[in-house]
Amino acid sequence: MSLSESRPGTATRETLPGPSIDFWKHRHVLDLDDFSREETDLVFEIAEGMVEILDRDVKKVPTLRGKTIATMFFEPSTRTRASFELAAKYLGADTISLDATKSSVAKGESLIDSLRTLQALEVDAIIMRHPCSGAPYIAARSLDTSIINAGDGCHAHPSQGLLDIFTMKQQLGDLKDRKVVIVGDIMHSRVARSNIWGTRHYGMKLVLCAPPTLIPHGLPEMLEKYSLNHVTIEHNLDSAIENADIIMSLRLQKERQQSGLISSLREYIQGYQINMSRLAGAKPDVLVMHPGPMNEGTEISPDVAYGTRSLIEQQVTNGVAVRMALLYLIAGGKNR
Amino acid sequence: MKDSSLLIKNARIIDPATDAEETGDILIAEGKISKTGNDISAAGAATIDASGLIACPGFIDLHCHLRQPGYENKETIATGAAAAARGGYTTICCMPNTNPPLDNAGIVNHVRDIASRDAPLVRILPVGCITGGRAGRELVNMAELASAGCIGFSDDGSPVSDTRIMSLAMENAAVLDLPIIDHCEDINLSQGGHMNDGWVAVRLGLKGIPAAAEEIMVARDIALCELTGARLHVTHMSTAGSTQLVRDAKQRGLKVTCDVTPHNLTLTHERVMKVQDTPRTALAYDTNARVNPPLRSPADIEALIRGITDGTIDAIATDHAPHTIEEKLCEFENAISGISGFETAFGVLMSLVHTGSISLKTLLACLTTGPAKILQNGTGTLRPGARADITLLDTEREWTVDVKDFLSKGRNTPFNGCKLKGLVVATISGGCLSFHHDSLRIS
Repeated sequence: MSLSESRPGTATRETLPGPSIDFWKHRHVLDLDDFSREETDLVFEIAEGMVEILDRDVKKVPTLRGKTIATMFFEPSTRTRASFELAAKYLGADTISLDATKSSVAKGESLIDSLRTLQALEVDAIIMRHPCSGAPYIAARSLDTSIINAGDGCHAHPSQGLLDIFTMKQQLGDLKDRKVVIVGDIMHSRVARSNIWGTRHYGMKLVLCAPPTLIPHGLPEMLEKYSLNHVTIEHNLDSAIENADIIMSLRLQKERQQSGLISSLREYIQGYQINMSRLAGAKPDVLVMHPGPMNEGTEISPDVAYGTRSLIEQQVTNGVAVRMALLYLIAGGKNR
Repeated sequence: MKDSSLLIKNARIIDPATDAEETGDILIAEGKISKTGNDISAAGAATIDASGLIACPGFIDLHCHLRQPGYENKETIATGAAAAARGGYTTICCMPNTNPPLDNAGIVNHVRDIASRDAPLVRILPVGCITGGRAGRELVNMAELASAGCIGFSDDGSPVSDTRIMSLAMENAAVLDLPIIDHCEDINLSQGGHMNDGWVAVRLGLKGIPAAAEEIMVARDIALCELTGARLHVTHMSTAGSTQLVRDAKQRGLKVTCDVTPHNLTLTHERVMKVQDTPRTALAYDTNARVNPPLRSPADIEALIRGITDGTIDAIATDHAPHTIEEKLCEFENAISGISGFETAFGVLMSLVHTGSISLKTLLACLTTGPAKILQNGTGTLRPGARADITLLDTEREWTVDVKDFLSKGRNTPFNGCKLKGLVVATISGGCLSFHHDSLRIS
């Protein structure tokens, strides 16, 4: 399908919004570090149109009819994978999914071998998750197919970063001078890293809050190196959430305790759990996000997670819309 | 050929051992340096026209991996030695992490047998293990290894964590007057790390190896050196802190020496994410830049260069570590550490001379007299009577690294495609040409 067919004016005029996408240059979506403000805004603009489609009874549009999108997950995931697959199906694409945690990869097949197989099957884009940082970059260099990074090690999770910022904008409108706090295991979080890059265009303040053992040593220098002046680091959560507009809690994996990075779950909960008594020290209208999957009772209390301030369900819905937008931009036309 | 004589004409002769620098000739007879001077003629001798070239003692490498026995897919003694000769090396010390490791006299003899059969033109000196199987638990029979020809002891990539074991090893080594060559790394602190702990690691989402992991072990070893009176050689030192620790130890008169690698002197951790000339956004995650100790910060490089200039650092060693393509063609976190370094060492190091960071004479001292002093075997000089180990260099010649031309089986280098200025034109080992470049003029 050529771009003109998938663009407004032909079959999909009624189903898709029509911003100019001529300046979109990305063949892959690997991280948000190379997304300009215009490109990020374009994703959001298209995603808004997708939200409308998601509100319909019949959600399916033919934009990517005839295209095949593969998901290849080298690490277990249910949410992100389901979200991408649904996004592809709503756009009319065929999807295949390879669970690389169980397939031949587990038998010692190399990453590049597995990907070449997929390329030989002539799919139009590969959505890839991998436990090693940088794996999608190897894929992007080795293959002719477009790669969408669905999470690589501790490095990046661009679609999550986009859906998070999309959700923030949806709630707050202009993000200028707003304050967002990300609290939790910053050291191992690809979500935090992609949010650092994605939020840099919007004039907002981003506070990263964690115990010192969960902040990588080189973070302040990295922020300085790239002039990411909107980001600050704070170890005390109660100070961090003062005047915050949004608090995003990150999952704490149980292994962090076993490896000694936190001394006990009890201590972590005391210092960093988002719960009602903690929120008493924040603005009354503060909103709460979480990229999932949650450890309820650890980094977030259930009453907050399912309470009125929670945006967690909106994040899930927006995730499908944002991923539809990305698939449209990547697989929808000439940029293939 | 060994008994025939060889005359090198009109070379710029630099012998760091005697501090001599002159333009002249070198006559080699019966494998030894016969005389140096002007207008030497020798009827019937093969003659090398070395005008425009530098003649210096053959390079000595204190740290390399030849992989045989056990990992012949990565390198053999024959291919490793050929690569070494091309790099200008006449003496190389091979690390014991073969399979089986060099932890008993039988296997050391086996390696020396292969070396004399397959690589007669490079002097290969084995380094013995400190502990059996490099497992860090039981000391090897160090006297037996010394008699078998080991020039020092090291568990290299698996450094001895147990301080008591290391202390006992040093007491034994002190009696044998051989150095303990330590890869200094606190493996509890570095555990799981993939690259230097710093901003690049955060940028790439990789786990960092802090400088402290090296410095803690350097400090421990220096304390043990003081306790036991042993000779300690800190190999492939990579941080500013380690350099200062060694400097202080030397000032206190302790028998501490150290070496650094060409890559740790010239590349920073930024090389892991950025290959020359790639677009800014394409993060490289270049597994060829994965090495242990990792490429460090610009401040560390600055400190290492200061260490070379002020004599804190005695030698430059390649840590030549060949690996197969498959071991590098994978995720950064799964890639094995190491750089195939023999064939690029001189060209890479010359960049420091061309930019004025160190003098040519200092560089050559680090490649010859410096390591020779640690080996205490009389090599590293052009004095008449010495074994004729000579390297001929063209410091101005430009060339481009192409791994397809490597003599080493290991194609793993971050310098592939780099334009270097400085070429080894010929290597003479015991009076025989062990390598020569096409441009060598010989009659």
